Amino acid sequence: MLRLLQLELQKLLLNKTSKVLIFISFILPFFVILLSSLKINVFGFFTLELGELGVFNFPIIWHLTTFFSSQFKFFFAIVVVSMIGNEYSNKTLKQNLIDGLSKKEFILSKFYTIVFFSFVSTILIGLISLCIGLYYSSYNEFGIIIQEINFLLAYFVKLVGFFSLCLFLGMLVKRSAFALAFLFVLYIVEWIVFWGSYEILGNTESAFKVKRFMPLESMYKLIDQPFQRVAMTKFPEKAELVYDYAVHWHEIVIVLGWTALFIFLSYSLLKKRDL
Amino acid sequence: MEPILTINNLTKKFGYLTAVKDLSFTINKGNVYGILGPNGSGKSTTLGIVLNVVNKTSGDFKWFDGNTTTHDALKKVGAIIERPNFYPYMTAYQNLKLVCKIKGVSPNKIDEKLEVVGLLERKNSKFRTYSLGMKQRLAIASALLNDPEILILDEPTNGLDPQGIHQIRQIIKDIAQQGTTILLASHLLDEVEKVCSHVVVLRKGVKLYSGRVDEMISSHGFFELKCNNQKALLDVIEKDPVFGKVKTNDDLVTAFLNEPLSSEDFNKQLFEKGIVLTHLVQRKESLEEQFLQLTDNN
Repeated sequence: MLRLLQLELQKLLLNKTSKVLIFISFILPFFVILLSSLKINVFGFFTLELGELGVFNFPIIWHLTTFFSSQFKFFFAIVVVSMIGNEYSNKTLKQNLIDGLSKKEFILSKFYTIVFFSFVSTILIGLISLCIGLYYSSYNEFGIIIQEINFLLAYFVKLVGFFSLCLFLGMLVKRSAFALAFLFVLYIVEWIVFWGSYEILGNTESAFKVKRFMPLESMYKLIDQPFQRVAMTKFPEKAELVYDYAVHWHEIVIVLGWTALFIFLSYSLLKKRDL
Repeated sequence: MEPILTINNLTKKFGYLTAVKDLSFTINKGNVYGILGPNGSGKSTTLGIVLNVVNKTSGDFKWFDGNTTTHDALKKVGAIIERPNFYPYMTAYQNLKLVCKIKGVSPNKIDEKLEVVGLLERKNSKFRTYSLGMKQRLAIASALLNDPEILILDEPTNGLDPQGIHQIRQIIKDIAQQGTTILLASHLLDEVEKVCSHVVVLRKGVKLYSGRVDEMISSHGFFELKCNNQKALLDVIEKDPVFGKVKTNDDLVTAFLNEPLSSEDFNKQLFEKGIVLTHLVQRKESLEEQFLQLTDNN
């Protein structure tokens, strides 16, 4: 396993483009969160400090940081599709197999890399959230800190799932740009499914329930948008703001299911293909 | 003899097209094999199948004793196919290090192999800055990294300039001399003739011949003769049952042998009959002539 991971890391880290993109997708959110937590003095007129708004309180901080940093996942998605696209265009996939890598090992080395980067990112976001939270949060009891820490797990699963989807699309169309276009197509397809189920079931709520089983939507639903929740804490009396933002086990299971399916499909695609 | 690769009734279909049809042959240790055939005769497809990049339709093949999986067996094989494929943004050294990691061998042989192909000074240049000849030599270095049991080369001199072709051939010959088994696919017959001891001849995916180069067609070779008294010479040859077909082209007489006869004995016989030759050459058909004869007859 270590050998396969090392292989892929060498391929990625010696490539300038992917190095930059990896930096953007994993290190940049880290800094953005760090910066936003600082007290910013706007030309001496007033000081902006997000911490004062209570958004860095435990446990809501887990929700906020994971939601924001997961928006950066698109940059690593480019890396994932190009790491397949390049193998095809350089014909190095063929050479790798001839040199004695099995098709299974090839897919696994990509998958391990995805898991590795998702894990590192989760750890980084976890640490920075913990530090900022400990600094700002009004509640520092251990019980409250670890409450909703499952957002980190959701974040990890979300990244792994999304990148596995990209891996599969990369394997399917062999070209990076087309693979990214397919992501957009999938997004539209999910809305068509939504529309279709609305026509059949007759109400938006059940239509959304169907859409929740689709790959992109299921990943999105893992970490719901936190804005409404922030608003909820400000105006606790407004009942119409209440929504279900928690991470649910069934959501994680759906995404893990898709992940397994995408990896399996990538492998069977490669196995069937003549290179 | 120890078999390295055994192919049994291998067939590959691309849709309606049968690229390889019921092919069987064995590669034994220590010989230099050539796979001959015109473009599109199934050479690369056959190699692709045994190298795990093309899926077979039916039949089977086994590496070594058949107890290892194909991808593990390939770790003991060195192969170059058509075009050198490496990561353009990595240096030669980094590329070879990656190959070492795949093959599971230590990277301390990289410098030695780069030396063999004469690329040691350029080892820290990026692959994309290499000329085609250098890329091809790097591919050979890469194939040699694991000191392979067998080296498979598919059209190794394709697209190279004469100097590059010469360099590659010299490297192949040196490797062959060290006793490495080589499998060379090519449509360039003189290339195969220069290095191979055994050949497999393919046409349209069908095997026409496999065996030693010199036994490809049952022939004992021929004499090329010149003589001032050509009539007397022709009289003798045509009466002698040792000779079969005789061709005359101006003053050059080509006489094909039905059974072995040394040039020394033949010269002696003629001299005793008072015929003095001005030109005597004993030859066997070149691989090209044999190949054309073989492909015509079938």
